[in-house]
Amino acid sequence: MSCTICGLPALDLAKLGSKLRAGARLMIGQGDYDAYVAHRGADHPDEPLMTREAFFLERQASRFGEGGRRAMRCC
Amino acid sequence: MSLTLASPGRKLGSIILWTAVTALGVVALFTLATARGESVNAMWLVTAALCVYFLAYRFYSLFIADRALGLDPERKTPAHRRNDGLDYVPTDKYVLFGHHFAAIAGAGPLIGPVLAAQMGYLPGTLWLLTGVVFAGAVQDFVVLFISTRRDGRSLGDLIKTELGQTAGLVAMVGILTIMVILLAVLALIVVKALADSPWGFFTVFATLPIAVLMGVYGRYVRPGRIFEMSAIGFVLLIGSIALGRTVAETPALAALFSFKGETLAFMLIGYGFVASVLPVWFLLAPRDYLSTFLKIGTIASLALGIFIVMPELKMPAISRFVDGTGPVFAGSVFPFLFITLACGAISGFHALVSSGTTPKMIGDETQIRFIGYGAMLMESFVAIMALVAASVLEPGVYFAMNSAPAVIGATADSAAQTISAWGFAVTPEALTQAAAEVGEKTVLSRSGGAPTLAVGMAKILSGAIGGASMTAFWYHFAILFEALFILTTVDAGTRVARFMIQDLVGTFWPRFKHTRAWAPNLAATALAVSGWGWFLYQGVIDPLGGINTLWPLFGIANQMLAAIALTLCTVVLFRMKRERYAFVVAAPAAWLYICTVTAGLEKIFHPDAKIGFLAHASRYSAAAAEGRLLAPAKTAAEMSRIVFNDYVNTTLCAVFLALVLSMLVFGLKAIGEARRATTVTTRETSDELHDLRIARA
Repeated sequence: MSCTICGLPALDLAKLGSKLRAGARLMIGQGDYDAYVAHRGADHPDEPLMTREAFFLERQASRFGEGGRRAMRCC
Repeated sequence: MSLTLASPGRKLGSIILWTAVTALGVVALFTLATARGESVNAMWLVTAALCVYFLAYRFYSLFIADRALGLDPERKTPAHRRNDGLDYVPTDKYVLFGHHFAAIAGAGPLIGPVLAAQMGYLPGTLWLLTGVVFAGAVQDFVVLFISTRRDGRSLGDLIKTELGQTAGLVAMVGILTIMVILLAVLALIVVKALADSPWGFFTVFATLPIAVLMGVYGRYVRPGRIFEMSAIGFVLLIGSIALGRTVAETPALAALFSFKGETLAFMLIGYGFVASVLPVWFLLAPRDYLSTFLKIGTIASLALGIFIVMPELKMPAISRFVDGTGPVFAGSVFPFLFITLACGAISGFHALVSSGTTPKMIGDETQIRFIGYGAMLMESFVAIMALVAASVLEPGVYFAMNSAPAVIGATADSAAQTISAWGFAVTPEALTQAAAEVGEKTVLSRSGGAPTLAVGMAKILSGAIGGASMTAFWYHFAILFEALFILTTVDAGTRVARFMIQDLVGTFWPRFKHTRAWAPNLAATALAVSGWGWFLYQGVIDPLGGINTLWPLFGIANQMLAAIALTLCTVVLFRMKRERYAFVVAAPAAWLYICTVTAGLEKIFHPDAKIGFLAHASRYSAAAAEGRLLAPAKTAAEMSRIVFNDYVNTTLCAVFLALVLSMLVFGLKAIGEARRATTVTTRETSDELHDLRIARA
């Protein structure tokens, strides 16, 4: 959908909201769970899948875990 | 995005648009540069910066993307090739931009500009703008590109493969030293901001139980509910700021939460140790969430505040301290302004972030331009806002806050007298009034940049919301937010330093590498903590305020890392047989070599004891030989400790120089090899299908 006057795409609030959410989550190292599920489903359908909670804990541990470099930030 | 795709009508529109942006930018810069005597509105500074950023992004970054690097939308990125749903995931470019920006923007771009404001706002502005366009954003962009083409490998690894094993090891030592200095200087800023400030200390201290509560909530009560736990944390945080006022106004409680710098230093050292060995979900992670969201929120509200209030800049465009005699940092514009103002113009640290998580999530090579170059422009804008916040203060108040007691004395009377004599008229009443407005006993000698920024921010934000009655609240909000994310860097950084030490020692003694074994874990953490703790303590007891010594060391280290990263970039361009465009990275690299080497040599050999460590050492040892005591030393033992510290700092500077010069040699050698080779010698991860398609076409 785009605006009939200016030609710019109409503002999709739901999409904007979900992007803001995803952005805020990724800032603290929490990736997209749905993307994870989709990927596992497509590439490794026979392997066990982490629950949403397990995914959260795995991402949290890996951000500060071995090497700890995922939490590297500037001064 | 290329212009050739546009229709003639759009092309004309585009020409008109960009001409207008250029004209506006020129007018804004001209207004800033020619202001003499009268104050200028901050909007001119903001406008000039935005015009420069848009132009640089539209034209220069496109040139780098298309010509210098040859970004290729067809080529598979590691996110697609190695997609695992966890680390390697093709990610929406706006979402990834946020991630990358949150990782590169910290306290640095907020502190450096405040210190640089002693020379007036113009020198800092000009370096921030040219620095980011031609050096900082280019570095972030190219390193992100190089890492993306190599499976998202880290800077150390990249240097190892493109410049050789030894160069990789040298770079690793360099990165570790930088971490140590960075952590020390950041911790020092927190100490300076919280010393003898019960309100500030109470609110920062309150973040510990708040974080633990969040951690428990996010693990056991409602696992994974980040926004719920952050909202709870945020409400409690605001509550603790309000409660802090009561603490400060109740003498019995105030005494309980007032600490001297030395005590705070030891508390921080202990905190760094404990926080980095505890399970991360308990303290580290929840604080990270809180500080990340608070950081983004505060940066956004500062921007909003500046646009609403449109404050006047009280600082002159160029102050008398361009001659190098300023009280905030010693040394003249070249090289010390370029060392002091690292983050926001160019920061070597970003090379670590750009070769970290971001390259593993790039969905399409052409997005590297937006994320690498664009996010750095945004950080530079944060630095510009910090410069605005420092420049809206009365210069007299600014210098009172940022000069050491050894220079301006310990009372409002002596400070006002000294500073007025410098030509920045200020009364003792104005200084006590400034302290009262923000709910503190004194603002004198609160060096380190954070308190100055907080006063400036409080002035801007209270102009937008709450008026004068809210100034004290906003001041402590700003202090809290800076302390919070500095402490998050300190604990996460201690962990990173610990892993680096284990990695480095592990090269020679493999058993030390076991990150899950307690003995090496504790030993490496203790090493990391005592490394930065030592410099922190020296900084706290330094008569010149510590920042004076440590910040230049940090700046040299940070710019040196940038020089190393840009050397890598130059080598890679030569290996790609794109040496025609190597100037894009070679020119800023050369500039950084000149700056860091000059600054390093001056820090060691400069005859002025305020700048040169050796001159300082000989002044003190000469006095000690005659049995005299020089302030702040009170005993002969303290005299010899000061001399000892000077020699440590000299050694550190010499190590930096050796590191950076050896990287230069490694770089030149690799460039020579690449030039002699007849084919492309770069070591990119191949995309065979893609190569096949090109071969067919």
